[in-house]
Amino acid sequence: MAEGKVDPVHQFTIEPLFGTDHWSIAGYNVMFTNSALWMAITAVVLIVFVAGGAKRAVVPGRWQMAVEGFTGFVDNLLMSNIGEAGRKYLPYIFSLFMFILFANLLGLLPLALVGLHPFTATSHFTVTGVLAVMSFAIVLIVGFAKHKLHFFSLFVPHGTPVPMIPIIFPIELISFMVRPFSLGLRLFVAMMAGHVLLEVLSGFVISGTNAGALTFGIAALPSFLLMIGICALELLVAGIQAYVFALLTCVYLNDAENLH
Amino acid sequence: MPQIAQLATTYSSQVFWLLVCFGLVFFVVGLGLLPKVTSTVDLRDKQIADDLAAAEAARTAADAEEEAWRVTAARQRAEAQGVIAQAKLDAAKSTEAALAVASGKIDETLAAAEARIDAARTAALGEIESVAAEAAQDIVARLAGISVPAEQAQAAVKGALAHG
Repeated sequence: MAEGKVDPVHQFTIEPLFGTDHWSIAGYNVMFTNSALWMAITAVVLIVFVAGGAKRAVVPGRWQMAVEGFTGFVDNLLMSNIGEAGRKYLPYIFSLFMFILFANLLGLLPLALVGLHPFTATSHFTVTGVLAVMSFAIVLIVGFAKHKLHFFSLFVPHGTPVPMIPIIFPIELISFMVRPFSLGLRLFVAMMAGHVLLEVLSGFVISGTNAGALTFGIAALPSFLLMIGICALELLVAGIQAYVFALLTCVYLNDAENLH
Repeated sequence: MPQIAQLATTYSSQVFWLLVCFGLVFFVVGLGLLPKVTSTVDLRDKQIADDLAAAEAARTAADAEEEAWRVTAARQRAEAQGVIAQAKLDAAKSTEAALAVASGKIDETLAAAEARIDAARTAALGEIESVAAEAAQDIVARLAGISVPAEQAQAAVKGALAHG
């Protein structure tokens, strides 16, 4: 680890802040970690952001316009995927989208410049997995509550010939059961990959600069320029992954709400 | 990879704090603040739609008003034309009547004047006869020294006048 060697996955290390040994619920340890801290920061920032836009002015200011832009965006997402029945999921989808978006963006903040270490909670599959399972559970609950056992017809698409049903049904069932995994892993992988890439490139910049003018020119400088571009890309990915998570949840909810 | 290396020791804390934070977001933002925002948006949309509908209604009303005005104007113009035609007709009739009266009067005057001229001419002719008779009597008395009775002289004059 000496001489500017960078461990690209060190940034994902969970460091207990307090309550390491004696905070537990039913035997499960619930210590307050840096991950929990950043999730709490995400929640607080999000609450402040939305509260600032809930001024109910008929002629909205900039802040209110921004918040209404987000609610309108999620509302459109639900309307176009589920239809009029989708509006009752707005609180959940909006919370989900905004929580993931803010967690992604806060983890990208260049706070290391002032000595703080931002932590991206969404780069942990324990976090994204819980969100995915939550969405999947809502799909199952809505599906079975609304259609009872008829919900299983979701696995037999319209027009399937009867002899094909024994083959189609397990395939559709498996693809359905894979959904929470793909949902959670996609977000976790996208966030982790970007951060690892930035960390590796910054390692190049540090080692290349330390090793002399030649390596600075051929390795450190191009890496640094690439980092600038990838930072912009990461901002885009942060938004896109939050959108994809919300969009796929909407698509799955549409299956539960309207079957096929 | 810390995500896997620390899984056993941190998963419960991760899940717990995620549920706490996301639950906080869901109940405060999703259920508390979001309805305020969406209701504001809906209210504004409704107000805009209402305003547009009111403007549309006002436009329709104005169009109807204009159409009604147009119809009234056309009717009134037609009425005015009728009044004018009637007035022209009346004027023509009264002019005709006045002309008839005037021409009657003129005819009457003409006839009276002609009668007077005739009378005057007759009177003048009579006077010429008597003057001629007297002149003839006088001439005869001077030339021949005979006094001709007036009746004879008159008959002679009449005969001369009649034969030209």
